[in-house]
Amino acid sequence: MIRSLALHLGLVALLFALHFVLPPYHHGNLARVMVLATYAIGYNLLFGYTGLLSLGHALFFAAGMYGMALSVQYLGAAPAPALLLGLVAGLVVAGITGALALRTTGVAFMIVTLMFAQAGYLTILYFGEYTRGDEGFVIQQAQRVLWGLDLSQPTWRYMAAWALFSACLLGSLALIRRPFGRTLIAIRENEERARMLGYDTFAHKWVAVVLSGGISALAGAAYGLLFGYAGASFASVQYSIFPLLWVLLGGAGTILGPFVGTLFMFYLIDLSSGITTAYMLMAGVVLVLLTLFAPQGLIGELRRRVWGWLP
Amino acid sequence: MELGPYLLLATLEGAVTAAVLALTASGLALVFGVMRVVNVAHGEFFMLGAVIAWWVASHIGGAPVWGFTAALVLAPLIVGAIAAAADMTVLKRLDYDPERTIVATIGLLYILQQATLMTYGPDARPVEPPFNQRLALPWIEWTETGLGLYWPWGLSTTSYKLAVIGAAVVVLLGIWALMTRTRIGLLMRATQLDRDMALAFGIPVERVYALVFGLGAALAALAAVLIVPIQQAHYLMGHDPLLLSFIVVIIGGLGSLPGTILAAIFIGLTDGIISVFFSPTLAKILATLLVALVLVFRPQGLFGTRAA
Repeated sequence: MIRSLALHLGLVALLFALHFVLPPYHHGNLARVMVLATYAIGYNLLFGYTGLLSLGHALFFAAGMYGMALSVQYLGAAPAPALLLGLVAGLVVAGITGALALRTTGVAFMIVTLMFAQAGYLTILYFGEYTRGDEGFVIQQAQRVLWGLDLSQPTWRYMAAWALFSACLLGSLALIRRPFGRTLIAIRENEERARMLGYDTFAHKWVAVVLSGGISALAGAAYGLLFGYAGASFASVQYSIFPLLWVLLGGAGTILGPFVGTLFMFYLIDLSSGITTAYMLMAGVVLVLLTLFAPQGLIGELRRRVWGWLP
Repeated sequence: MELGPYLLLATLEGAVTAAVLALTASGLALVFGVMRVVNVAHGEFFMLGAVIAWWVASHIGGAPVWGFTAALVLAPLIVGAIAAAADMTVLKRLDYDPERTIVATIGLLYILQQATLMTYGPDARPVEPPFNQRLALPWIEWTETGLGLYWPWGLSTTSYKLAVIGAAVVVLLGIWALMTRTRIGLLMRATQLDRDMALAFGIPVERVYALVFGLGAALAALAAVLIVPIQQAHYLMGHDPLLLSFIVVIIGGLGSLPGTILAAIFIGLTDGIISVFFSPTLAKILATLLVALVLVFRPQGLFGTRAA
């Protein structure tokens, strides 16, 4: 307990300290990685801890991003209420799709989430007049000042990403220690048994979908706000596959896994895109190798071999 | 044009879509039916079929018909072999666990797609059809002098498009005969019904699986060779067939071949007709939502009898 708290607080402190030492290029990258890792944390809550494999999380990410960006663009909302609107949009979308998709299990659940996300992506394209479709639109610098902090400045952008990531990391650590989180793990391990013990597994899974969708939406809204751009590509299948890839690489059902996986994959793609335009080839190869040889992911293997106490 | 000829044109275009879709989707349904594997890389096998067709056709000189015929034979064989190899090296090692095979086939999707991008490049390239006569179609109308035939401007199809529909029917009949009339079809159906019992009876289940996976991919490749003279070969062209095949297989009842073909005709025709009168994007939104709701409320599919 003390060990794991120290480890996670240590990571948070390290990321804070890195702000002062990193060169600008990696400083910018790390801010991006932290926001994307927040998305992965949201995904991991559902996939890693509840055992539900969704292929449609881009829907929630995009709901947050567009909830925020459209209210800034057309309602002239300030960043704080816009972020809140993004979060609410994500929660509502997750609530509705979750209630429907959870009526199915296994492969059908994956396909239903995939189809909902696809419908969402196409809807964004269909209303291209407002969303600007694949082209997307830029959120002006003047609209990105949160409580007097200009989020287009590298310093505040990094700090905002760090605050969001830290809150979600420690929040998810606290959540899985609570009875609710334990119940989610019980559902993952054996849903029949959890139901027999008297848990309302449907309600638990629904709350997990909503929480996971909410965190993903928050990450999407923050991504749009911090990097000043919203576009339909963030709703495409690729952005549903990415969190799956990050979480699998880092280790599903581990607290640190999403961050480690995102960091690794980000730099892997960054390096390979310097060599070839077909950088998604790396993603494909890594996915196949992971499912074949390390289904537990990096942190999962670490937990299995060395540190059994890792949460 | 008036509504009537317009509708006929939409139906003809829809029939071509339906024919190609029926082939692609029956490959997906075959793989899901026998192996219980959701092959997300199916669209990439379609794309590979088209790209190989271009490659073969561009290496064989002479009349377009020779290149096309060679492609029609070679592309499904090559793609089938690639798929069978992928089954033996990757899927077999995962023991066909449903969730892990989905993740692995997603990986396979990116590997095939990006490898094509690296070798074939980002351009769209055409294959010349072996024959392509334009056929104007007449329309019957009541005039003051009674029933009259006339040829509305723009109402036409090509002999090649009709040939695509015919070829699809022949291939589907062939698949049906293969599944019901031959020994290998019997082995496939036995494996589908009860894998363990089939194994106990000495059926080489692993080889049947590799064959089925190869056959499913070859069907997608064949569909792509047929469509590539109408569309063009492009490394991202696998996306739409994958989505539509998923829709068709789910609406038709997962893994049922007759249901899949019925659903392909239904989706192909409605897609053609809705796309003519409304926006194609709207047609796709409605289709994807329909699929999600079918899976939620009627998991056995609209035509199927068995739950997924």
